[in-house]
Amino acid sequence: MKLTKLAIVVATALAVATPAAAEMVFPLLSYRTGPYAPNGIPFADGVSDYFTLLNERDGGIDGVPIKMIECETAYNTDKGVECYEATKGQGALYYQPLSTGITYQLIPKVTADGIPLHSMGYGRTSAANGKIFSHIFNFPGTYWDAASIIVKHIIDQEGGSIEGKKIALVYHNSAYGKEPIRTLEELAKKHGYELMLLPVDHPGQEQKATWLQVRSEKPDYVLMWGWGVMNQVAVQEAANIRFPMDKFIGVWWSASENDTVPAGDGADGYKAVTFHGVGSDYPVYADLQKYVYDAGKSAGAGDQHGYVLYNRGMVSAMWAAEAARTAQKIHGVKDITPAMMRDGFEALDVDEARLAELGFAGFTVPVNVSCASHGGPGLGAIQQWNAKTQTWSIITDYVGADREVVDALIDEDSAAYAAENNITPRECPDAIVMSMGEIVSEIRAMQSRLGELLSMLEKL
Amino acid sequence: MLYREAGEFKTSYQADLATFPIRFDLWGFWAIMAFAALVVPFLINDYWEQAIFLPFFVFALAALGLNILTGYCGQVSLGTGGFMAVGAYASYKLMTSFPGLDIVSITLISGAITAAVGILFGLPSLRIKGFYLAVATLAAQFFLIWMFNKWGWFYNYSASGQISAPERTMFGLAITGANTEPAVTYLFCFAFLFVFAWVARNLVRGRMGRSWMAIRDMDIAAEIIGVNPLMTKLSAFAVSSFYIGMSGALYLMLWKGAAEGTEAFPINVSFNVLFMIIIGGLGSIFGSLVGAAFIVLLPVVFKNVFVGALGWPTDIAEYCQIMLLGSLIIIFLIAEPQGIAALWRTAKEKLRLWPFPH
Repeated sequence: MKLTKLAIVVATALAVATPAAAEMVFPLLSYRTGPYAPNGIPFADGVSDYFTLLNERDGGIDGVPIKMIECETAYNTDKGVECYEATKGQGALYYQPLSTGITYQLIPKVTADGIPLHSMGYGRTSAANGKIFSHIFNFPGTYWDAASIIVKHIIDQEGGSIEGKKIALVYHNSAYGKEPIRTLEELAKKHGYELMLLPVDHPGQEQKATWLQVRSEKPDYVLMWGWGVMNQVAVQEAANIRFPMDKFIGVWWSASENDTVPAGDGADGYKAVTFHGVGSDYPVYADLQKYVYDAGKSAGAGDQHGYVLYNRGMVSAMWAAEAARTAQKIHGVKDITPAMMRDGFEALDVDEARLAELGFAGFTVPVNVSCASHGGPGLGAIQQWNAKTQTWSIITDYVGADREVVDALIDEDSAAYAAENNITPRECPDAIVMSMGEIVSEIRAMQSRLGELLSMLEKL
Repeated sequence: MLYREAGEFKTSYQADLATFPIRFDLWGFWAIMAFAALVVPFLINDYWEQAIFLPFFVFALAALGLNILTGYCGQVSLGTGGFMAVGAYASYKLMTSFPGLDIVSITLISGAITAAVGILFGLPSLRIKGFYLAVATLAAQFFLIWMFNKWGWFYNYSASGQISAPERTMFGLAITGANTEPAVTYLFCFAFLFVFAWVARNLVRGRMGRSWMAIRDMDIAAEIIGVNPLMTKLSAFAVSSFYIGMSGALYLMLWKGAAEGTEAFPINVSFNVLFMIIIGGLGSIFGSLVGAAFIVLLPVVFKNVFVGALGWPTDIAEYCQIMLLGSLIIIFLIAEPQGIAALWRTAKEKLRLWPFPH
């Protein structure tokens, strides 16, 4: 009955989708439907277009073509897990679910299945501790870094002290939104401000009550941890109550053109923290224009080029491609496995020079991942929206988080996770010593030299 | 012709009252059970476990629970999501507070805790009926989720508010956590569903079920002939919440592994389970199972057909799947308002006489 029909259908589906020889499988867990689609679509387009560029311009990563398998999650945990289970058997090399909820679900699964997960600037913050979370990477920064950087910016704006000020946090009432609360509470104790918590339930369209509360309580600053339609509605409501927009600062996921354009002039001055550049004034866009846009291969409707989240998709794809390249170099093979990809992520070193080579000069922060630190440099800058020119522009330099506070919290939370799940922390080599990848490549070089010497001796 | 009933005589009342009186049905049932218990565990993989079987088992148990309350006892309830959350959080607290306790006991105790909560929220049913009771149980849904968010004790004060099931073993095999074998979790959930569907079937055919149905059909008349409305309605809430609580516990421990209260048990879950029993058939055990399969499995099947076999872009496939599911619901309810179970019953009656029309 139902079961046999189902079996036939799924068997056909799997038969049709068998992977071809020697290619890199990068699954793309995207959401082009549902209330989070306004932000999911540009990100997915960015990732797709960058991988298409690599395939068209370079023939893949070191000659191995990239195969993207897109799977719709609708920002829903059930569908996310279903997409993971469906794609992992097809040789998936890494996952970027773009959802904190799905990430939490996948953390134990990817660790058991040996596939790395890159929760770039989202997910479980304490995964920055690579000794406990061996397969989870959240570089270039975590939510706790973002919270600390925003508070630093506020201190800067207030001329050095925020003692007695009131800071409100409007947050998505999910694991994602609740992440910064701990850090903001610790920083409140340290800097003497009062923290006000205002949760907004999924999907975030009902915010009138929240912003009326903001209007009556009059906090000095409002921070936002929103996603999807919640962002647009929040910016609109803040404009409606005439809240000073330059005192309204969002996290890096709450600041895209899709969020500010609907509010029109009212959104002028809205700020957010970010870890990459804005606009399309980068050399890589020339290549994209030539190989992808003009060739008619751009993903989706092709209307998101240059937007903040489109750029973020590109940068996430760039780091994944670099991790694959690093994995190929460390292990000396072109066809890598997920375990090798994980090593590639752990040995990732994309500095300013390499960024310039890739066409991303000045675009983002240099990243150096190590065994113990999967959370990257933790640097962020503040960007501001100009409603007249309808563009974002970066208004500060890149600053770091309060490492004293954030690192202590990361250690505490990861230790609690390890205790709850019986995980023994891995041993990581000292940072001064060469990374594992470098040692392995040195040994391989020695191996080839000895091989040459042996063949020379045999000829004698 | 398909049902060869010639020569089937019942020589005792017990045999005559069997659930599967026709031998063909009985053998068919046991053949399917044998296949499910003995063949599928060897063929199952992670995808089938996570995306097909475990969701079906968990929601079939929940649908059974709600059908007992709404289908057999006539008390409309929109609190299913909240009660599943009670089962999930109860199992989490039991797992973390009593690490030595085995999973079977934890599931049963979580069910018992949910039964107690269900009785509490079922008290309004003694004074209000129909839509008004639905609103009272809706209050249960929202209150329970709010309660689990508000008091950190429920999620052991974790920073993200998530609860996750620690790894536990049964007979030496990992049964919760990420390192479980798909066959182990499949067999565990299948065993629970088999046993408790059996129990439900016998409950509804016995004295308790008949008093539930009497209350459903005409509660004043039932009271007059001696059915105690207080005990009957509260027992319906208790048994129903027991099932729903167990389903919530299995949801957390065996299927998902981790859950976040607001995201995992919103009002949509309550609506979905109600739709399952309406489409499957109110007042029918088979109907609960079919309804659960319809709502839980058809989206996955359609997604695999549209994206896997036909290669459509993912957003078009998603929208088409939503539209197709909606139209199928409308078509089935127009064809047979009593649900798919009634269609099945009619089909079987016709097949017994086929090729004769009557």
